[in-house]
Amino acid sequence: MNKWEPVIGLEVHVQLLTRSKLFSGASTQYGAAPNTQACAVDLGFPGVLPVLNQAAVRMAVKLGVAIGAEINKRSIFARKNYFYPDLPKGYQISQYEHPIVKGGFLEIMFEGESKRIGITRAHLEEDAGKSVHEDFHGSSGIDLNRAGTPLLEIVSEPDLRSAKEAVAYLKALHTLVRYLAICDGNMQEGSFRCDANVSIRREGDKKLGTRTEIKNVNSFRFVEKAIDYEIKRQSEVLESGGVVVQETRLYDSDQNETRPMRGKEEAHDYRYFPDPDLLPLELDEVFIQSVKTSLPELPGDRRKRFMSDYQLKFYDAEFLTESRELADFYEKAVLTAKGEAKLTANWIMGDLSAALNKSNVDITKSLVSPEALGDLVARIVDGTISGKIAKTVFEALWSGEGSVDEIIQKRNLKQVTEPSAIEAILDKVIQDNPKLWQSLKGGEEKLFGFFVGQVMKASRGRADPEQVNKLLKKRL
Amino acid sequence: MRDKTLLELSRALAAKEFSCLELTQAYLKQIETRNPILNAFISVTKELALETASAADTRRAKGEALPLLGIPISHKDILCTQGVKTTCGSKILHNFIAPYSATVVKRFEQAGMILLGKTNLDEFAMGSSNENSFYGPVKNPWDMERVPGGSSGGSAVAVAARMTPAATGTDTGGSIRQPAALTNTTGLKPTYGRVSRFGLVAFASSLDQAGPITATAEDAALLMNVMAGFDEKDSTSVDIPVPDYTQDLSKALKGKVIGIPKIFFKDLEPTMALRIEAVISAYQKMGAVVKDIDLPNVSFSVPVYYVIAPAECSSNLARYDGVRFGYRAKAPKDLYDLYTRTRAEGFGPEVKRRIMIGTYVLSSGYYDAYYLKAQKVRQLIRQDFQKAFETVDIILGPTTPTPAFKLGDKIQDPISMYLSDIYTIAVNLAGLPAISIPAGFIGHLPVGVQMIANYFKEDRLLNFAHQYQQVTDWHKKRPKETS
Repeated sequence: MNKWEPVIGLEVHVQLLTRSKLFSGASTQYGAAPNTQACAVDLGFPGVLPVLNQAAVRMAVKLGVAIGAEINKRSIFARKNYFYPDLPKGYQISQYEHPIVKGGFLEIMFEGESKRIGITRAHLEEDAGKSVHEDFHGSSGIDLNRAGTPLLEIVSEPDLRSAKEAVAYLKALHTLVRYLAICDGNMQEGSFRCDANVSIRREGDKKLGTRTEIKNVNSFRFVEKAIDYEIKRQSEVLESGGVVVQETRLYDSDQNETRPMRGKEEAHDYRYFPDPDLLPLELDEVFIQSVKTSLPELPGDRRKRFMSDYQLKFYDAEFLTESRELADFYEKAVLTAKGEAKLTANWIMGDLSAALNKSNVDITKSLVSPEALGDLVARIVDGTISGKIAKTVFEALWSGEGSVDEIIQKRNLKQVTEPSAIEAILDKVIQDNPKLWQSLKGGEEKLFGFFVGQVMKASRGRADPEQVNKLLKKRL
Repeated sequence: MRDKTLLELSRALAAKEFSCLELTQAYLKQIETRNPILNAFISVTKELALETASAADTRRAKGEALPLLGIPISHKDILCTQGVKTTCGSKILHNFIAPYSATVVKRFEQAGMILLGKTNLDEFAMGSSNENSFYGPVKNPWDMERVPGGSSGGSAVAVAARMTPAATGTDTGGSIRQPAALTNTTGLKPTYGRVSRFGLVAFASSLDQAGPITATAEDAALLMNVMAGFDEKDSTSVDIPVPDYTQDLSKALKGKVIGIPKIFFKDLEPTMALRIEAVISAYQKMGAVVKDIDLPNVSFSVPVYYVIAPAECSSNLARYDGVRFGYRAKAPKDLYDLYTRTRAEGFGPEVKRRIMIGTYVLSSGYYDAYYLKAQKVRQLIRQDFQKAFETVDIILGPTTPTPAFKLGDKIQDPISMYLSDIYTIAVNLAGLPAISIPAGFIGHLPVGVQMIANYFKEDRLLNFAHQYQQVTDWHKKRPKETS
């Protein structure tokens, strides 16, 4: 019997970074007091009408052109009808038969190889509100702040073959939407949400197995775990002679398992039909071209350029292009560092990343500017300070003690390179350790390191280790 | 003063023959006397009316010269009025006060008109007799045992019985024109997209359109000057210039071509046919030419309408769930109980019937056979009219098959009720403008003639209507004030 081959497709809901909602002027700001950011349109009051947000359309087209998709010149908003208290109108405005973006792909790097993942479609739709089940003693509260928030649902082809590969795709998409500045990518706040369609089949089979849809997975780690769990579950079902039921399952991260959602809520007939309150959305070539020319350099292209322009390895280039802000930071720093690309990369991936992690902030909140980091690298390269001393300077920079040169001067950290100065320190060290000096001279070579260390210590790390080596050797 | 047209009132106010306050008081008094019998109003905004009327007097005294400043108007109770109840004739909205006004309402406010009250209607504008109102039926002042038509029956009766000089209505399948015909008033349904739907509580979004109900075509033109125009809050409103609708009223009709659809006269009662033929010959005397036309797909209008309108209604009315506003069932056991009882107790039978039909035709497995097919036929109906307008300026026929029928006659038989809109429905499906004007009487009951024009040709309709009203005085006849 052949092994099981997983077949995975992802549906990602990307919350668009518009100021106002998809069909109303209410703010989309996260975290406001319940029901303070819902106007009559969001509340589904009688007589009010939706008006499409142009900025959301532009963002959808941006994604479309970035994945090489076809932009539908005429797309249609439809009503998806169902009753739920957090769905004020009793229908969600979405796109059904005619989405704004059709067909495209995302190139991902997985296990050292590049692979194209097909994207079936992307469509605009409004989000629902939230039901709040705690704190209401047997009743439920409803917060409609989120109702009407613009979402772009991006549906992939079933091209993914493992949980890890699915995560690689999800990360690439996450990077892309942030590059395009159409989504903040905040998974905790629900700005980037993922449902996974998973099925398995015998390796070599052409026919797809029955799939299940896993909902509610809100981190990369959980996506991987949920899919892995589901693959395992399905293979156990099939191997024990059972059949996989097509159903929606919820991932429970506490138990690390997926469970079927209650059947009653599934038996929906959504009665989709074109929304008569909105005319078909018509886009012309001029608009599409204007979006195309406004596109920033895309993450994949930038990674490739980093590898060729800065001679970086794949891993480094990928790390540095993970967000537009980080890549911008790097390029600015390299410029100030007079082109020291590799050393700058090491500093960003090393000390800077550690400092950011420690403070739990991202690159945009870095307390060290790219220019300062570049200066630091430049001072290492021109010999003003050693790599070791540079760590001290970096810490001082982070705590805001001034510019690189100010810190070096104030703290007297300049590297000592003049032979006369080093000779003087050496004299003193020899004087303090006459016996050991005699032993070294007598051929006990392991003491060489001790004397270098003593000189460095006496200079508080400032002495140029190369000079120290050279001068010590000369005396022997 | 209550019998004057808007233009006459405007002139009288300018000439200080009486004040806005006196005028408003006169209409309020008429409402007090006549409304208990006729039931045309759901709410009367007496204090607000008196207050704004006094303010209008002050403004006029200061020299403001808006033509309609200080003249009263009444709105169909499906147009939202900020701070004043908007019930849609339904129990489910019996306590609903919108925190915003419909764009139409706002425009009349900006024109300085005084709101007298909100007029009765079939629940959510669904009906042709005004018997479907939670607030009871409206009576026809021409015969108290008869219906005034619907769904804008309250507005039509308020104008006919001179409780208001003019009113707004809404028309989804004939709801302005049919009651206008049955009450001897002038009712205009504008082109779909000409008047903003913002704040008009939706029944069937692709068909609904607000328009004026008045005593004369000239008055309708004055109201259209206020109502018409693009609104950024309504994506289906059309951004093209609005003409001065009074400008072409007096244009000669010589050489104009009137299309007569044979289908509108097939099976028409001879007494009704006689009235319509009299209108045609009046136009011929003015030099207009008559031409027979075919509208082959118009015979499917009623079935097409009763798929599309309920489909949209079933979705539009989903928001009345007792959660955020309006009627809520007492002590619900759970969510399902809250939904089902709120809607079962809050909606009347006709609304429920249409929600059921609409839900059915949109369901998977039935969508293609009903909704999609209906949309295709709707296209064909539209094309029929477009083809006709290549050779005619206007299409003319009866507004209704018969004069007003008796209260209770058709309410148990939905199909026969639906057929009373047989001549008006195609116009909504095509999105065209149409007008109904008084065309004389059959016995003691008034009847109307309907004229249909091409898109955005409301000015042509008003021109035809006004010319007819220059040579006839049907529109000046008033019902006797019996109790």
